[in-house]
Amino acid sequence: MKDVSFGQYYPVESPVHRLDPRVKLLASVVYIVSMFFIRKFTGFAVTAVFLTAAILCSRVPLGKVLRSVRAVLFLVVFTVIMSVLFYSTKTEQPLWAWRFIRIYKKGLINAARMGLRLIFLVLGPALLTLTTTPVELTDGLESLLKPLALMHLPVHELAIIMSIALRLIPTLTEETEKIMNAQKARCADFDTGNIFKRAKALLPILIPLFVSSFRRADELADAMDSRCYRGAKGRTRMKVLKLHARDFVAAFVMLALLFAVLLLRYNWFGWAFIGVLV
Amino acid sequence: MIEIKNVQYIYNAGGDDTKEALRDVSLTVQDGEFVALCGHNGSGKSTLAKLMNGLIEPTRGTVTVDGLVTSDKKNLFDIRKTVGVVFQNPDNQMVASVIEDDVAFGPENLGLPPAQIEERVQWALASVGMQEHRKGTPFRLSGGQKQRIAIAGVLAIKPRVMVLDESTAMLDPVGREEVLEVVTRLNREEGMTVIMITHFMEEAALADRIVVLNRGMVAGEGGKEIFADRALIENAGLELPLSARVAADLRERGLALDGNVTLPEELINALCR
Repeated sequence: MKDVSFGQYYPVESPVHRLDPRVKLLASVVYIVSMFFIRKFTGFAVTAVFLTAAILCSRVPLGKVLRSVRAVLFLVVFTVIMSVLFYSTKTEQPLWAWRFIRIYKKGLINAARMGLRLIFLVLGPALLTLTTTPVELTDGLESLLKPLALMHLPVHELAIIMSIALRLIPTLTEETEKIMNAQKARCADFDTGNIFKRAKALLPILIPLFVSSFRRADELADAMDSRCYRGAKGRTRMKVLKLHARDFVAAFVMLALLFAVLLLRYNWFGWAFIGVLV
Repeated sequence: MIEIKNVQYIYNAGGDDTKEALRDVSLTVQDGEFVALCGHNGSGKSTLAKLMNGLIEPTRGTVTVDGLVTSDKKNLFDIRKTVGVVFQNPDNQMVASVIEDDVAFGPENLGLPPAQIEERVQWALASVGMQEHRKGTPFRLSGGQKQRIAIAGVLAIKPRVMVLDESTAMLDPVGREEVLEVVTRLNREEGMTVIMITHFMEEAALADRIVVLNRGMVAGEGGKEIFADRALIENAGLELPLSARVAADLRERGLALDGNVTLPEELINALCR
């Protein structure tokens, strides 16, 4: 059985893996924001260079990262086709026209830009989840959201809910398999028939799964109480997140990318060569 | 010291589906003792475990741990620091997906500084012989190993009393052996008070004192000599340990065996005399 609780984490030792999860989370946010500022294809080229460097540093095979695009491939293709077909402008002659469909050069460029943006939007966060375990992500998130606890938001509780959920995934997967096998032993059929029939066949799996989940939750709550749990009150952590030199370097590189993207778009210094770039 | 005085416990008290789990139980456990609580399913033994660290409040009577009453919510934190409970299913006691994080959960709740938590995790895992699995996940471990992690999780709080609520019931013989070894060592070497709840009489035979529960009452208690009272054990829906059963059968058939026989070695000695 694949260990789902590790998500798509790719376990190797690398400088990217060792980065503070908070830095990686914030960097991902900055990355996503900068993707929306890109207008010129040079911007995408700069991002591609940055991303390739990051992937090489992370020692995750390039193919593994690229594979994450597969999940959104349909969306990308659909978006590109739609924006090509429905782009319209008065300032330009269509390249090609048939009935009500008109294809413009600008439309093609626009569509390419959109497609690239979507692909890059997926690739960045994919590197985050490939190099960070869900546990680290939860810890990072809890630490980043701590200021919200001052507004009485239950940050600690949300974090513990998330980590328990992650912890229970493999247990529940195993349980589902057991129940399915028990039902199959009594001639249940999950693999044939139309979608309604199959959905109905799942009912005798879901109900025992639900019941046992409640029982588990009850027992887990007792075990947590027995181990002196009383919420965030007076709780400390064994692993304290600490920033290292590499984290500052990573943050600096990330900001440099943002700066490059913004510079390419707004050309603050009026540099002639930027005006020429496409 | 745990003092249970005239405790009655009714599930769903006041509702229409009430069930009396404990009728009238009084029991005192001294520091450093190894006590086995035995009874068949439904004899109220697990209810007793939950009463001992205040997970539930007695319907009548009192439970005190080192003089602190469990029915006072203010005492619960201190009571749970003193009395640790290991439950039956190891899968339902793990909070984290990484072993060291799970063991750290207790000391983190105590609010200890990180360095001290680290130290306790190391110590607790070493005590159950699982230190090499520290960074691993519990899912790939055997039942006995998982239960040893659960014990480490409780140990890391450094309680003085450990209650094992049928903690070996779901394990195979090897796993059971592993857990029992850890528990006996903690009692003998670290002086930890151990209260073991079980329906395996072979396990109960390891204890200094055996308490037999039947229908929510203490049916009898004593040292290993209790196994000489076959009727008491069997009326409680339990089975004598194998060696004691053989000895009892032989005595019934007229063979005169000397002394108490509960362990296999004792049976061999008695037979060879």
